[in-house]
Amino acid sequence: MSEHAVVAEGVGKVFNAGSTDQVEALKGIDLTIEGGEFVSLIGPSGCGKSTLLRLIGDLVQPSSGRLEVNGKTPHQARLDRDYAMVFQKATLLEWRTVGKNVQLPLEIMGVDKADRERRSRDYLDLVQLGEFVDHYPWQLSGGMQQRVAIARGLVFDPALLLMDEPFGALDEMTRERMQMELMDIWRRTGKTVVFVTHSIPEAVFLSTRVVVMSPRPGRITDVIDVDLPQPRTFDTRESTPYYEKMTEVREALRAAGVGVE
Amino acid sequence: MEVVEGTSRRVEGRDASNRSPIPPAFRSLVWFLAILASLVLAWELYKVVGKALEGIVPLPVRPDNKSMPHVWDIVGVLFTRRLPNEPILLVVLLRESLFTFREALIGFAVGTAVGFSLAIAFSQSRLLERAFMPYVVASQTVPLVAIAPIIVIWGAKIGWPVWISVSIISAYLVFFPVAINTLRGLRSPDPTAMELMRSYAAGRRDTLWKVQAPAAMPFIFSALKISATASVVGALVGELPSSLNQGLGRALLSFMYTFITGPEKLFAAILVASLLSMSFVGVIATVEHYVLRNRRGSR
Repeated sequence: MSEHAVVAEGVGKVFNAGSTDQVEALKGIDLTIEGGEFVSLIGPSGCGKSTLLRLIGDLVQPSSGRLEVNGKTPHQARLDRDYAMVFQKATLLEWRTVGKNVQLPLEIMGVDKADRERRSRDYLDLVQLGEFVDHYPWQLSGGMQQRVAIARGLVFDPALLLMDEPFGALDEMTRERMQMELMDIWRRTGKTVVFVTHSIPEAVFLSTRVVVMSPRPGRITDVIDVDLPQPRTFDTRESTPYYEKMTEVREALRAAGVGVE
Repeated sequence: MEVVEGTSRRVEGRDASNRSPIPPAFRSLVWFLAILASLVLAWELYKVVGKALEGIVPLPVRPDNKSMPHVWDIVGVLFTRRLPNEPILLVVLLRESLFTFREALIGFAVGTAVGFSLAIAFSQSRLLERAFMPYVVASQTVPLVAIAPIIVIWGAKIGWPVWISVSIISAYLVFFPVAINTLRGLRSPDPTAMELMRSYAAGRRDTLWKVQAPAAMPFIFSALKISATASVVGALVGELPSSLNQGLGRALLSFMYTFITGPEKLFAAILVASLLSMSFVGVIATVEHYVLRNRRGSR
């Protein structure tokens, strides 16, 4: 795939423009993401990484610059259901069963019932929750809920997955397992993933490229290619090149004037 | 499989309720009866202690049988006949209740429909809300006892049956809590859920019916319980200035006139009126229990 999944040229975003609490969230963002890439946006809070993700998803409008998603405006891409959003909170509807939650986007897109049920089952199997189809969200753990949210994102087969710190609220062990699963899904489905995180190990383990951002105003200070061999496995986390890459990202964050603990 | 926190919590909850051999419904009935018994006891105790203290300590209500009849006299009068060929008072009052309940039910239905419509309209447009909300609030600052006779008189001028006017008065009390609570409920979904719907390019209709309305359900049921009692109050008050010769409101009024000769009858009518409201609320609580049975913390 060579079509650009995302193109940003000189994108800026100012919140509350003209008032005293004006905030320049993003400034001069240039970024091109190719189809099939796994790109992480990393930086401290306030660097505008979530805002950039929301701009790509047409949930926020840019103040300046030009954005393209799948060769269209973000607005058109949203109308065409080109992307799925996965948030830090699973945001499942508590009155719907797990299966019905996964079917939600399909209902909105007018897919018929039999097809909806078949597809929701397939994708719940993919995230290993097939047996929980009739459970309610509050009967699941946080990690399981997030897997349902991922299945709900994949179920309508969008080209792009926009993930906003999806594993941020999970404990370390669950988090590492979820990362492995996501890697697996990404390899199998060939989706383009844009992944917001503030975890260096997470960004390095998952990504083909890491975009380093810094705050006030939010901007891209470095882009690091992560050429660790695929598929990434448990051993990847213990390999020397992995540590070297983490150091590289950490240095880049420090060079950007971001204190790294 | 990872530790399923939510499930384990639910299981604990079940254990707690299963540990006791008494089913929860039965336990709440026992509590209800225990509280009822203590209320009766407090009433009678006040009469006994009051009699002893009368003249020594100022009392808010005189403890004699004219002001506070014995509980058994109040219950007893329900089983007496005013005229030999008439049914017992309880049956008379229940018949009147049925008439009043019909008015209240129509008022409830109309008021609820108006309340839902306002809430949905306001939830779709802040402009509509800003324009009309002050009037909605103002409508409730007008005292009902002042507006009820006006509605009855206007209704009579138009030539409506009186019960329609009574139902309108009832609806007038019902629509407000429904509108306010439903609007709050429609605005209650997590902002992320609304963003999620936006990311699917979902229309307003889908967002309303698939996210906002289900999220509003607990709010709506709270409102319906308030409105159920309000609909009965509205119907009772509405009957007072009317020329109806039927209804619990009329019965209350006539027992007020004859309070001196038979105070227990008024108390008996009040008892039946509150039973009517309670059963109405009970029906709604049952529906609520069924509709929300799968929500978190519902079992």
